[in-house]
Order: sequence, then C-alpha cells, then structure tokens
Amino acid sequence: MPKRTDIQKILLIGSGPIVIGQACEFDYSGTQACKALREEGFEVVLVNSNPATIMTDPEMADRTYIEPLTPEVVAQIIARERPQALLPTLGGQTGLNLAVALAEDGTLERFGVELIGAKLPAIQTAEDRSLFKACMESIGLELPRSGLAHSVEEAQAIVATTGFPAILRPSFTLGGMGGSIARRPADFDAAARWALAQSPVGAVLIEESVLGWKEFELEVMRDLADNVVIICSIENFDPMGVHTGDSITVAPAQTLSDKEYQRMRDAAVAIIRAIGVETGGSNIQFAVEPTTGRMVVIEMNPRVSRSSALASKATGFPIAKIAAKLAVGYTLDELRNDITRETPASFEPTLDYCVVKMPRWAFEKFPEADRTLTTQMKSVGEAMAIGRTFKEALQKVIRSLEEDRWGLTLDRSVDEAELERLLGVPTPERLFAVAEACRAGWSVARVHEMTAIDPWFLAQIADLVAFEPEIARRALADRAVLRRAKQWGFADRRIAQLTGTTEGTVRQTRLGDGIRAVFKTVDTCAAEFVAHTPYLYSTYEEEDEAPPTARRKVVILGSGPNRIGQGIEFDYCCVHAAFALREAGVEAIMVNCNPETVSTDYDTSDRLYFEPLTFEDVLNIVEKEQPLGVVVQFGGQTPLKLAVPLQEAGVPILGTSPDAIDRAEDRKRFSALLDDLGLCQAPGETVRSLEQARGVAAQLGYPVLVRPSYVLGGRAMQIVHDDQDLVQFVAEAIAAAPDHPLLIDKFLEDALEVDVDAVSDGATVVVGGVMEHIEKAGIHSGDAACALPPYSLGEDQIRALRAQTHALARALGVVGLINVQFAIRNDRIYVLEVNPRASRTVPFVSKAIGLPLAKLATRALLGEPVAPYAAFETREVPHIAVKEAVFPFIKFPGVDAVLGPEMKSTGEVMGIDPDFRKAYLKSQIASGSILPTAGKIFVSVKNRDKRVVASLARRAADMGFGLVATAGTARVLERHGMSVELIAKIADAAGLNVIDLMQHGEIALVFNTPEDGRARKDSAMIRRTAVSQAIPYYLTIDGMQAALGAIEALLKGESSVRSLQEYHRGA
Amino acid sequence: MKPALLVLRSGRVFRGEALGAEGEAWGEVIFNTAMSGYQEILTDPSYRGQIVAMTYPLIGNYGLNDEDVESRRPWVNGFVVKEAARVPSSWRGRVSLDEYLTAHGVVGIEGIDTRALTRHLRDRGVEDGLISSGDLDEARLREKARALPGLVGRDLVSEVTTDARFTWTQGAWDPARGYAPAAAPSCRVVAYDAGIKLNILRQMTSLGCEVTVVPASTPAEEVLAMKPDGIFLSNGPGDPEAVPYLVDSVRRCLGRVPVFGICLGHQIMGLAAGGRTYKLPFGHHGANHPVKDLATGHVEITAQNHGFAVDPASVARAGWAPTHVNLNDGTCEGMSSPDLAAFSVQYHPEASPGPHDASYLFHRFLDLMGKTTAVTKGG
Repeated sequence: MPKRTDIQKILLIGSGPIVIGQACEFDYSGTQACKALREEGFEVVLVNSNPATIMTDPEMADRTYIEPLTPEVVAQIIARERPQALLPTLGGQTGLNLAVALAEDGTLERFGVELIGAKLPAIQTAEDRSLFKACMESIGLELPRSGLAHSVEEAQAIVATTGFPAILRPSFTLGGMGGSIARRPADFDAAARWALAQSPVGAVLIEESVLGWKEFELEVMRDLADNVVIICSIENFDPMGVHTGDSITVAPAQTLSDKEYQRMRDAAVAIIRAIGVETGGSNIQFAVEPTTGRMVVIEMNPRVSRSSALASKATGFPIAKIAAKLAVGYTLDELRNDITRETPASFEPTLDYCVVKMPRWAFEKFPEADRTLTTQMKSVGEAMAIGRTFKEALQKVIRSLEEDRWGLTLDRSVDEAELERLLGVPTPERLFAVAEACRAGWSVARVHEMTAIDPWFLAQIADLVAFEPEIARRALADRAVLRRAKQWGFADRRIAQLTGTTEGTVRQTRLGDGIRAVFKTVDTCAAEFVAHTPYLYSTYEEEDEAPPTARRKVVILGSGPNRIGQGIEFDYCCVHAAFALREAGVEAIMVNCNPETVSTDYDTSDRLYFEPLTFEDVLNIVEKEQPLGVVVQFGGQTPLKLAVPLQEAGVPILGTSPDAIDRAEDRKRFSALLDDLGLCQAPGETVRSLEQARGVAAQLGYPVLVRPSYVLGGRAMQIVHDDQDLVQFVAEAIAAAPDHPLLIDKFLEDALEVDVDAVSDGATVVVGGVMEHIEKAGIHSGDAACALPPYSLGEDQIRALRAQTHALARALGVVGLINVQFAIRNDRIYVLEVNPRASRTVPFVSKAIGLPLAKLATRALLGEPVAPYAAFETREVPHIAVKEAVFPFIKFPGVDAVLGPEMKSTGEVMGIDPDFRKAYLKSQIASGSILPTAGKIFVSVKNRDKRVVASLARRAADMGFGLVATAGTARVLERHGMSVELIAKIADAAGLNVIDLMQHGEIALVFNTPEDGRARKDSAMIRRTAVSQAIPYYLTIDGMQAALGAIEALLKGESSVRSLQEYHRGA
Repeated sequence: MKPALLVLRSGRVFRGEALGAEGEAWGEVIFNTAMSGYQEILTDPSYRGQIVAMTYPLIGNYGLNDEDVESRRPWVNGFVVKEAARVPSSWRGRVSLDEYLTAHGVVGIEGIDTRALTRHLRDRGVEDGLISSGDLDEARLREKARALPGLVGRDLVSEVTTDARFTWTQGAWDPARGYAPAAAPSCRVVAYDAGIKLNILRQMTSLGCEVTVVPASTPAEEVLAMKPDGIFLSNGPGDPEAVPYLVDSVRRCLGRVPVFGICLGHQIMGLAAGGRTYKLPFGHHGANHPVKDLATGHVEITAQNHGFAVDPASVARAGWAPTHVNLNDGTCEGMSSPDLAAFSVQYHPEASPGPHDASYLFHRFLDLMGKTTAVTKGG
C-alpha cells in the first residue's frame, strides 16, 4: 500500500522530561519519526515539554510546541493546529497516556483527529491488565495466575489463591512505578496500598510469582497488510523479579533452542494481531520456567519502548523510523533496509555479534534509598556494548558504565556470609558478586541456586574469572594469552591490574605483538549483504572491514550512559556538533555507548563507533581514523576526563585546550586568573585532609561549601554549617574523588545565582543567555529553576555579567562553549565556577533564543568566526523562558526530597510565555506540580524565613487560600493578622498532624523551608508525604514567591500556547 | 586446545581450534545466518557435501538433545563456529556441541573470524574447502583444497535417501509432551526421500496424512501403484541435475495425482517441467528471508537452505506460474501448475529451524488432495 494521501498534518507527542523509566530513548524515537514523516511530505506538529531534546529543535518539525504535556494543553494545540492524525506510539508511556486521555474525553473526535498506529481499543487492551488477560486467554496463551484488585481487601482475597511471593503491578504506570514484590504475608498490605495509590486508576494486579524464571523480550513490528516481523529477541541476565530496565540484558536470546524460540515468536505474532496494534513496534515480555519450559506472557507495550531503542541499536533496524512510515500507510516490503539498500524492511535482522546492555544507577546520590532491585525501575541510564562474544560484550559494557571498574571486580572484600547475601538479593553489585563467588571457587550450580541466573551466563563469567590467573602469570610474555584476553574483552587497564603493570605497558606490549582492535559493521544481516552504513564496533579478530576514508574528519566523544548531572543535554550538544560538521563538509565520527540516544543513531553522523568512552577504546579509534582532532567539550565530564591523556598520547584536541580546562578547575590557578582579571570569588582554600578542612572552615566561618574537584553534577558537594557536619562531608567528598583535592569556600548566603552560556572563537565572545536562578545560591544549578532573560536583574548587572564572561573566555583562550556561574550578593558579582565546555543549559538557551549554540561552537572549532552572531547577545526577546528541574524522589521512598548543592534531578522542562508568571506556571505544570487555585496551604519555615513568609502568606490568604501551620509559624502569621489553622507537630502524638491531613487530601500546597544541616531531618516526613501524595511543594522562599505569581496568573485567566517557530520569528 | 585450519580452495586460510572429531573433512563451504537451530541444521540431510559455517558466533548454548533432530544422524561434512559453548544450559539439552560432534565423527573448527569467512564467501561465491586438525601443513592443505571437486553434478541424494520404504507415525512437537502421536489419517501421501527433513513428515502426519517414505530411486510406477492421494517431493542435498532418475519419476507422476515439492523437490519439479536450474552465488541459508506470496501480497519470513534455484521463465511454457518470490534478490520461491494439480516452494514451510509463517502450505497440499483443513495463520 502506498502512503496515505488523506492526511497531511500529523501531531506527535513527546515523552516530556527525563525521569527514571523514560529517558532519551523517546527523543531518539521522536526524532526519527519527525524525520521520517517530513521526508514523506507530511506536516509535523510536535509537542514536548523537554527543551533538551533534538526533537524539539525548530528544524525537526513544522511546528514545535514546548508546552506542558497535559490533555488541556494538547487540546489547545489541536484546536490551533487542526492535525488530521495523532501518532501516539512514539512518545513513551507519557505520549500514549495523553493520547488515550484525549481520545477518551472526546477531544480527538471533536476535532476530527484520527489515532494512527494504534487505535484506542488496542491501547486499552494492552494496557488494562484484565482486558489483556482475557485477550491472551482467547488466543490460548498463558499468563501467570492473577487477579485484579481495586482495594486492599480484594487484593487479600486474590493473594490467597496466587500465593507468596506475590507480585504487585499497578495499572497504567510507567517504569513499573508502584510495583513491588511481597515475599511474606506480613509485607502484603502495605505493598498493596502503595500500588493502589500509584495507579492512576486505583487498580493493582496481584500475580503468581514467576521469580527466578528466565525472562525474554521480543520486539515485534506489524504493518497494515498484517505482515509481522520480529526485530530482535532479548534475554535477561537477571531472571524474573528485576525490572527489565534494571536488568542486564543480552541480544539475541542465548539459551532458547529454535523450537522454544519459534514457539515464543508464534506467540508474539499472535499477540500483536489479537491486541490489534495496527502498525509499528511493540514489545512483548515472556517468562519461561527454567526446569519445564512452561512459557507465560508477562506484558506488552503497544508502542515503541526503551527496549525498542535497544533493539534498534542492537540490530541496526530503525524501529521508530519504520514505525512512523508504517503508520502512514506503507507496508514493510515497500520500505528499504537503509543499511543494505537493496533488501526490503520486511525481514528479521540476524546478528553475528552479541550485545549486552547494563543499567547505571545513581544510588550514590540517594544514600538512604533501598538498593534492592525489584519490579520498579531504579536505574537512571544504561550503556550497551557489542562484541563478537558474550564475554567480550560483557567486559566492554562494564567499562562503558564509567564507574571506574575495569573488569568483573567487586572492589571490596567480603566474607562468605556477605557474599551469600549479595547473591541472594539482587542489587547493582550482584554481577560482581557472582564473579567474586567464582573466584572463591563456588560452583556454577551453587551460584545458580542462589541467584537463579542461567548457568550459561554463570559459566561465561566463571570462564573469565578462571582466566585471570593465567593473565596475571603470562599475558605479558605469551602472545596467545594476551590475544585471548583481548578477545575475551579484558581492558588493557584490567590486564595491567592483573599483571601489576601500567595500562601503557600493556598497550605497548600488545601493539608490539600485533594485537590490535579491528572494526566490524552492524549490518542487520550477518554480512549476507553489503552494508552501506558505517555503524561499527571493535573486536579482536582477523579482518578489519571498515577502512577509514580519505576525507577531513573530526571525532566527537559522546557522553556515555545517562546519569544524574550528565544526560540528554550533552547528547544534544554532541548531535549538534555532528550536524554542524556534516554541514561544513567534514566527516563527523561519533563515539558513544548509550543506546538510548540520538547520537548513536547511525543517521546522525557519517561514522558511528558504538564503543566504550575509555582512553583505550577511544585511542584505538583515533589511531585508525587519524582525524583532524577530537572534540571533548560537548559530552560532559566523560570526554573531558580523557582530554589530558589523549593529548599526552599525541591526539589533537579541538577547541579550548585541556590546559585551559585545568586552569578553570585547579583552585590555585583559577584564583590567580580571577585576580589577574580583577574578578571576585568567594574566599576559600584547597585542602587534602580533614585537619586542613577544619582549619580553613574556622578561618572562613560557617557556613562553608565543601566540594571535590573534577566532578560533575555537584557530586558530594555540601553546604556545611558546623564542625560535626564537616567531618562527615569531608570524608564523603574525599571518597567521591580520591585523587583530587577538596575545595572549601565561604558559602554566600542569600546570594542570587546566575548562569551564563557563551560561545567563543578565541577572539570574539557571544553570550547566548544570562539565566537568573529562581532559588537563591545553595541549590545546584541543575536543580534550580531559572529564567531567561533574567526577571529581576538590572540592565547594568546583566552588562557586567556579560563583560566578565567575555573576559574569562578570552583569558582562558576558549574556543567553543563556556559556562560561567555567578553569584550576586549586595550588588557584588562573584564568580562561582567556570566550565570551559558545553553546559547542561545549552539546549535550553538555544531553544529560548533561537540560536543553536552548540552548532556555532562546532563551527568555531573549525575556525569559523562567531562575530556575525554578536547581535544575539543584546537582542531583546519578547518572551521569557523558565527551566524547571524534575526529580526522581517518587521512586525512592524514604529519601528526603530536600535540595542542595549536589544535583538530584534527572530531567528538565521549559515553560515559555510572554508573561514570566505564566512561563513559570507552565514550567510547574510540565514538571508535574499541578498548582491549586483553592484549598489549604501548609506553611512551615525555618526561623530565618519567618519574617518574609508573612507577606507571602498574606498574599496566599488574599487569593482565598486557607493557611495551616504548626505553633511556631502559626504564631508569626497570627501576629500579622492572619487566621491560621493550628496543627500538631508530627512528634506530638496527640491529634491529627500535617501528615494525616496530607494523606487525607486536605492540603493543596506545601510551603516548607527545611532547617539547615542535621535539624532538617525533622521535617523530612512532610516532604516525603508531599512527594508520595503528589502535593505540590516549595522548599525556598523564592520558589514560593514564583509559585504564588503563577497561581495568580492561573486565577486570572486564559493560558495560551505558541510554537517555537512563532516565538523565534517574533524575537 | 588443539589447533585446526580451514583452508579454502582459493587458498585463504583461517586458523582456529579443533572442535568435535579430529581429522580432516572437506566440502562446499557455506554460511548459515540462523541464530538458533544448530542441531536441526546439523541433522538436515540437505547439508550433505557441505561444511556449514554459522554466522551467529555463539553456538551450542542450549546443548543438543534427542528431540531436535531432522533425520537419524548429522550429515554436514564439517562445522564452523566462532565459539562453542562448553557448558550448555537448557532443561532439554543433554550434551555439548563438542561432545555431539565428537560422538558422531563430525570434524569442526572454532575460534576463527567467521564474519571474515562469510564476507569472503558473499563477495566471491561459495567454494570448496577443508578443515584439518591433524595435518597443519598449510601448503599441502592448499594443494589438496585446489583439487576438491565442487558440488555441481554430484549425486548426493543417493548418500542420504532411505534404503527402504517406511511409514511415518510422529506428529508435531509440543513443549509439554514432545512429539505428538499421529492424527487419525484422512489421506495417503507417498514422500520421495531425497534427504527428507523429519519435520515435513511431522507436519503432514499431524494434519492427518498417512505418509509412506520411499527411496529417491523408486520408479514412478511403483509409487503410483500405491494409489496415494498425493505425492510429496522432499528437500535434499546438492545439484538437482545430478539426480535425473528422480526428475524422470516425477515427470511421470505429474498430472496423475497432486504433487507438492519443497526445496530440492521444487528444483526437481522445475526440471521435470522442462525448466532450467542454476547455481546461486552463495545460496540462501538462514531463517529470516522475506518471501512474498504473489496471490495475497502477504510477506512470510521463511527458513531457507538452497544453493540452486529454478529459472521461472524456463517453466512458463509448460504452464507453471510463479507463486512466491524472494524479496531480497527476486529469485523464484514457489510455483504452481493448476492443470497438473502440482505446486512447489523453494523454501521450508516445515521450518525447523526457522519461523512457522509458511505452514499453511501443508494445508494447501491437503486442499489439493481434496481434504479441506482449517488454516491457522502464521503458525
């Protein structure tokens, strides 16, 4: 069937901010969809609240709305744009849920919008557990025994038949949110209550335990002619019980015979037909009982998912792109396989390599969080590696995670009891505990008994571990041993550890022996056909099949797995760098290992190396490619860490020199620089011990800011108020960056904080954006909300900030991007830090002002001047953009939602409007804080804030809000003539306390400024309850002020939507 | 680990380690792109005369068992993998790949760059080669390889066909019960065994066919005298032109009773219709080939294993029309002659290994014999 001609305009919904369970994979799918649909001549209207995405680049769609993803807002956009169709399957669960809401509330029908890809009944059948179960039974497939409960009582009745351990799966949540495993009857009621509360429809499925069963996923595609193909099979290393997002997964499936695999394939084909997903990709999960082969269906996602992104990268088959084309009427056989060009897309990719994906967690940011891995996803990112064997891919993925781990090492010694515990309960350490158990001589059978991990995987690990002594003894003397070690994926650095030498020696030895990496192509067809896309991975084999071209070329180092502090923003910059290089006629070579990203789409660059971002792996590529240079400034800390070693190895670094980076990072050199330029800095010192830290703190006076150097995302950074806290935090900071000194600065209380992003060609500096933080200094800039242009700074202040940025960029010889963080206190400007590299805010600034800074920076690296863009610096924009952070606290019950100098957010949203209050309002709605227009506000502030809170409370009362407070705050408010509902402190047992009120839905908004230091633990319960009950909360006076402004705007009137293209035209 | 060599006729040498039986083996070196199903591949008689290289690098993961067999023994001349699993894992697996190959005297090699080998065969066409784990003298082996005879013109069917006729009684596989007993018979089929895969028999039996398997050399008259409702022509190894006796028998059966052919059976049918077959550069060996049913426009993902193909133009004169086409390279994948009540496919509807998308073809055979069955779509 050819493409449909009865539709011209298609609405795409993105997935919003990066959260746990929904990350950049949907930028990848959305970007592919935009490109695919526009290539076919369709007009694309896109809505997404996340400015850090490639999909929201104004060139990607005809109309781009960076607006909150709510049914009301999307309905407004539909009314304004009148698309004929909505493609709901490429924007993750968020996009799908929104489409369902708009279908169910009649909006789509009212405006004549057709759902394409998946119709409402299909989505409902796949998403609703009871409909799904009935559907599976109708086609003769088994599910685990289960029942759907709407109350704790119903749940108890069901669990009596399904038994323990019991699995709880709430309906309509993403990333397994609210799900859990109740191992004993005693745990069950609480788990059921939590699950019911998390489900937007108040329903939870109680299920027979298939814990320990083998877990598989199939990625399935279907077209309108009912052709169905399986793109990829995935087997989980971690058996059932660990969310697939938290599991190590392997493609293709390893331990299924063909008969067993085909039975699963038949089931998958039957499922996509029975559910009725018309076109596009779906993901279906199965569990197989290891001793009998009994197969049950676990679930189906009737949309492109995280696994689809993985499957696309693992096979070379662009699922989202093809899904978009199928949705507009094409059939699979009408579409070409991009890689082979000659063969059609109606086939099943076959692999001649092994792919391993491993999650990356951020528990170091949430020390109180439970690290047990369950059915609710907790990881924040992932890396993928490709090798010719599982052994090679596994070892490559371990070093891809950048956790300073170079092999299968546990990194601490454990006794037998601890080892048993580590094997028995899945945590991020389990893989390494398995290796440790093998090292201790435990049999595969014993480890299998404790972990239920398939013996095949365990035997592979046992092989690797058993080879280590051989490496230690002979690798440097025996070429065969060294070659085998490399073929099995051992990093040079790991071999150096085992042989007691240096990485450099190992490298020299193996190069001397002629053992060097060769590169092979990911081609969808196991070399049966010629591949035309250089999508490459390294291995240690005979033939290198990808000779470099003779073109001018530049290598861009990507940002690796997502983590808190380094995520999609940096991938955005890398992608822009690739685009800019290609526009300039320079071959763009991308190196990255994150399967979720746009940068690892083989379409983005001229050549893609899917490789770990380590010195060894990058140098292998550089030595082969001989590029003009390597770009390290776009991928965050990952490539920056490699800058000096690469330069020392003779690799040209493009743009700002590694020495300039060091000058900005090294305290002494940086202070000298500021002195030279006559700029101010908070007083501080570098220390290397607790003793020194004490002395410096005493001299500066508390509060002080403690931070390690060379970290991103404010890792282990703390504001310290007394000696006792100092002891703890200094220890943590030393642990976070043991090789580098600590910085101790006087903390600038009540200062305004400002971020500036600029681009420089070495001579001219253009400031792209001056962003004023909403919250005062002390909250990490990644977690703070900010406004562009500044909403309260004076013109002279802005001029001074620009001038200081210019001076810093010039003095450091910046070529490319630079980010400067300033504090302003009592009209005095302090330089907090200078980052001569891409910052997290680059995409936000670019979207807000309509100037692609990362592209400009890339052109500057190639020697193009930035002077033609100088006018952007002073151009007045008639709108204001607000960036707000999004936090993962809901995933970590028990963790205090308080903010500080260490970054905790996973993602961001942007609100844009001509009116600051409305822009802020949009940012709040987009981040999930649905501000109330009536009800009660609970006010509880620390003493220092009691004076200012009175006027805020007055404003709220005037708007009609009721005020609730405990004695201390109540007294202050009453003295200011307000009537306050007095409530008992949590500690006071008698009577209702604020937690009770919150749980009963009687509090609409929480204003709470936590005490400094240890005392803040007292109010942690309030914040935790606000998080779990989804009550909007503000923890700073500045946030409260902005929130009240937003509520005023909300009360006053109509909100409006406008596309980025219109904003930029108006600017 | 004992070293071994794979030496191609063209002189290219791959150095690896011995797998399975030690010694020397030669044959046409081909690559198979299926990621699972190695035991079915090893025991498929169509691979007689060939050394099979698996493109998927990790082979033997789920072991080998007593069930997943397509004939009474392995037939491949040699087996090439990147890495053979030492410790297989499956509730059904009994022995490791190395143990199985050793027990059956199959010479193999592992640890070579199988992707480089595949690219070589893809770019230059398949060629003969030999695996040696005893003699490692490259010069001598190269010389030996140069003298290898190739596959064309050799009757390999006679090496694999049954000695005596027999009746098949086993039905389709089920994970809980294994192979089902035969369904109550509703029709009688005589199957010419040119190297028949057992799953073809299982498929037909489970649909109610009573199948009698006869040697490939059985004259047509003998078969027709058995008064079958239909005749089946099986898959098998090598060059169809090398088995003229079978072509001759088929010619005499066509038009008398409905005939269905698979793979070599399809090529035999083409020759019997007066057509021409030709050798493909590197054949089709895998489980992911898209085939379009020209009647419905539907695309099936198919299991394939053939090195020769029928030129559809050459059979058009005799009233045969193409029914299926390979979407990768446009080659003929199926044809039929309504006048003769005969049809054939180049690929493997019995799968094993591979997808079940084309199992409807067995129903079509029953329809042709006048036995209507309910078709379940896609397996």
